[in-house]
Amino acid sequence: MILDSKIPEGPLADKWTKHKFNVKLVNPANKRKYDVIVVGTGLAGASAAASLAELGYNVKAFCFQDSPRRAHSIAAQGGINAAKNYQNDGDSVYRLFYDTIKGGDYRAREGNVYRLAEVSVNIIDQCVAQGVPFAREYGGLLANRSFGGAQVSRTFYAKGQTGQQLLLGAYSALSRQVANGKVKLYPRTEMMDVVMIDGKARGIVTRNLITGAIESHSAHAVLLCTGGYGNVFFLSTNAMGSNVTAAWRAHKKGAFFSNPSFTQIHPTCIPVSGDHQSKLTLMSESLRNDGRVWVPATVETAEKLRKGQITANDIKEEDRDYYLERKYPSFGNLVPRDVASRNAKYVCDEGRGVNETGEAVFLDFRDAIKRDGRNVIEAKYGNLFDMYMQITGDNPYEVPMMIYPAVHYTMGGLWVDYNLMTTIPGLYALGEANFSDHGANRLGASALMQGLADGYFVIPYTIGDYLASNSADRIPVDHPEFKKAEKEVSDRLQKLLSIKGEKTVDYFHKKLGKIMWDYCGMARTEEGLTKAKAMIKELKKEFWTNVNVLGSNEELNLSLEKANRVSDFLELGELMVDDALHRNESCGGHFREEYQTPEGEALRDDENFAYVAAWKYLGEGQEEELHKEPLVFENVKLTQRSYK
Amino acid sequence: MNLTLKIWRQKNNADKGDFKEYKISDISKDMSFLEMLDVLNENLSEKGEDPVHFDHDCREGICGMCSLYIDGKPHGPQQTTTCQLHMRSFSDGDVITIEPWRAKPFPVMKDLVVDRSAFDRIIQAGGYVSVNTGGVPDANEIPIPKSIADLAMDAAQCIGCGACVAACKNASAMLFTSAKVSQLALLPQGQVERKIRAEKMVAQMDAEGFGACTNTGACEAECPKGISITNIARMNREYFSAVVSSDTL
Ligand SMILES: Cc1cc2nc3c(=O)[nH]c(=O)nc-3n(C[C@H](O)[C@H](O)[C@H](O)COP(=O)(O)OP(=O)(O)OC[C@H]3O[C@@H](n4cnc5c(N)ncnc54)[C@H](O)[C@@H]3O)c2cc1C
Ligand code: SF4
Ligand code: FES
Repeated sequence: MILDSKIPEGPLADKWTKHKFNVKLVNPANKRKYDVIVVGTGLAGASAAASLAELGYNVKAFCFQDSPRRAHSIAAQGGINAAKNYQNDGDSVYRLFYDTIKGGDYRAREGNVYRLAEVSVNIIDQCVAQGVPFAREYGGLLANRSFGGAQVSRTFYAKGQTGQQLLLGAYSALSRQVANGKVKLYPRTEMMDVVMIDGKARGIVTRNLITGAIESHSAHAVLLCTGGYGNVFFLSTNAMGSNVTAAWRAHKKGAFFSNPSFTQIHPTCIPVSGDHQSKLTLMSESLRNDGRVWVPATVETAEKLRKGQITANDIKEEDRDYYLERKYPSFGNLVPRDVASRNAKYVCDEGRGVNETGEAVFLDFRDAIKRDGRNVIEAKYGNLFDMYMQITGDNPYEVPMMIYPAVHYTMGGLWVDYNLMTTIPGLYALGEANFSDHGANRLGASALMQGLADGYFVIPYTIGDYLASNSADRIPVDHPEFKKAEKEVSDRLQKLLSIKGEKTVDYFHKKLGKIMWDYCGMARTEEGLTKAKAMIKELKKEFWTNVNVLGSNEELNLSLEKANRVSDFLELGELMVDDALHRNESCGGHFREEYQTPEGEALRDDENFAYVAAWKYLGEGQEEELHKEPLVFENVKLTQRSYK
Repeated sequence: MNLTLKIWRQKNNADKGDFKEYKISDISKDMSFLEMLDVLNENLSEKGEDPVHFDHDCREGICGMCSLYIDGKPHGPQQTTTCQLHMRSFSDGDVITIEPWRAKPFPVMKDLVVDRSAFDRIIQAGGYVSVNTGGVPDANEIPIPKSIADLAMDAAQCIGCGACVAACKNASAMLFTSAKVSQLALLPQGQVERKIRAEKMVAQMDAEGFGACTNTGACEAECPKGISITNIARMNREYFSAVVSSDTL
């Protein structure tokens, strides 16, 4: 199959405008004849559902939480980028485009990324009109900050709760359409499969999480806005329920999965404190604007620290190694996430980690407090410092914070074309669930931008192109394909319930997470990945013979919900390993130890790997088939990323 | 730490429900309250007993999904969410009682899980600015004084957890509703629908069966996000000005 990205011809800056003109339209009176299913109510899903309903389509929106307002997007802290250039500091659509392509280590499509930068400005207007209370300056205009290594101030924020405020904005728009009768909400409902009729996505099968009822929903198009799959690592900064099930089931029905191994490890998270740990907490990256990252200069000092013989404040200036400032004088503590994370790993691997487990580095505000005063630092980061204190019991105004990298975001996802359609006609993927815009590494404050761009400003145009050329006939849910899919879903659940083995679901999830973190995490090798593959296969076999899933299907059943999700993570894990293994280069978050520069930086191989990997599922127990979408760069020159 | 947990167990909405006692040992002070329950559930699962069902997702104090009435207080002894409550707030040998939110508009679905969709319906009644996607003015076209934007942000921080309702002897949803009404009444974007919004949201709140507000302040004291009771006063002003000069003709 030739993967056609459908990027329009012509100059970069005209592509989207031209495309919007060329796509087919569904006339206003006909829109009500089309039904659209939106799975997920995060930024991507809520904005898409609301916007499509406003246009006149009939929308059904699904989420597994008890309310659409609780989607994982709610947890985003730092901010959202937009090329408004309100600060007059040299920003532009082109600069945001360029930064995003470069930040992604040249593994994203120019056309998509340019469009993202272009519509970013509309997002801010939209959110303000909804009543999103962004931070403002005393003159009453919007405030910006520099974020995640950007050299301009283009990040808009609402205290440390930007994701919450953006999501509540989208949720309010969604709620308005529920009141108008154009959206029907299905909370506490999990999508279990896509239903294909005549080669097109025509609906989904769901499980009602309260009653266990397996139900079908029919539509003319299905949008998966189901978020990322970072929880394959068990420990991540994602919400507990985040999962890959919707995307994975679609993959098994024919949607190609792209760059699954491109995972972002965020450098500033609270370190693991023990085996009981259920998730990791992110400390916003904005802290790196003022905090200085360091470890002791020698292993001996670090050992004393770990044994509690000395404290951080006892260590003299000359005995500290501000390793990011030392290695990257021009970017210093603001190097991109992958670079910051990898360097934290290096210094800890050398034995210079600063907590009991040896897996932590300091993020120190001493100098910033001396320079600006405690009040200024408190105004900027007060709520983050409080959160840190709440979780660790330490006071960051007095002792440096301890941080360590953790899994945070997945750049990989379902392959989509310029219209956000997957390889299954009528099936779309938006937000973190698709692979499209961040290449091998996402810049800070760009996921919120992408989710809302997809939902508010891309899909409302592109979906019409598909629907206009498809008949408005409805397919009833007693169609044999729906019945068949329902039966497959029920059978799988019954199978999980019938194993009655000896190990809990979490046992398997934790084991999988450890394999992924050890061998498919921050640094990867051929040897490690090969080992991981065998281990995952083994674990999967054990899961299907020895897991103990309690209770029955006909009730609220956490154990069954988890087992169902973990069964998919086990399959995804194997594909991630395959993907990491085949890509014999390092790029962005994908770091293969065999491929590095003499200075230890990621070494790309543009000649052989400047493509999107798109994997096709061939059947149970079979190796997946690799397809390649070549990446064509007409506007930017591929260079070795340098932050020195 | 070793603890005794008295937990409300209820099979489903129709079941009567009852307390059950569990002993749990080796709990570290660094665990969060929900991680302590994870340990209990892992123990129960290993024994083949049905785990205790409770709602949670972000575990960062922001999604509003976790709940629990712990020793007679919503979200327990500290003014945080249950997921941000840590076991260092408890001592060895403690007996901890854990119940679901108790309020008629929040029916119990299983164990500690309740249905809070009434909150969604209150927002659907008017908790928005009626603008469609596209065609809106530039974001900097209307300057908003920082003090006003900050006040609106304070109100907008509500996470919709329902602790205010659980804390109130009348099960009033005034704090929750007033937070949204205030946020939008403060901002220029919310002016056009200011009156009708207050009327409709208050009407929905009543229709859902939430009780009246008698100004005891219990909600504010238990709100994990520090939503101020002054929002209730503001909503009352909005509401009364709306009923005397309604925009609905
Ligand atoms: C702690 C944290 C902080 C972050 N901070 C930032 C930041 O400052 N700036 C930034 O740009 N990005 C940030 N990110 C990343 C960003 O928040 C996410 O990438 C983004 O919000 C994802 O949005 P989404 O709409 O794609 O998916 P989500 O918000 O994850 O929503 C997924 C939705 O899908 C539903 N769902 C999933 N599976 C199913 C199923 N099988 N059936 C039914 N429903 C399903 C869920 O219920 C949910 O409604 C942060 C991420 C984390 C973890
Ligand atoms: S007002 Fe406070 S207690 Fe009530 S729902 Fe909002 S955050 Fe929770
Ligand atoms: S789990 Fe999200 S607020 Fe507690």
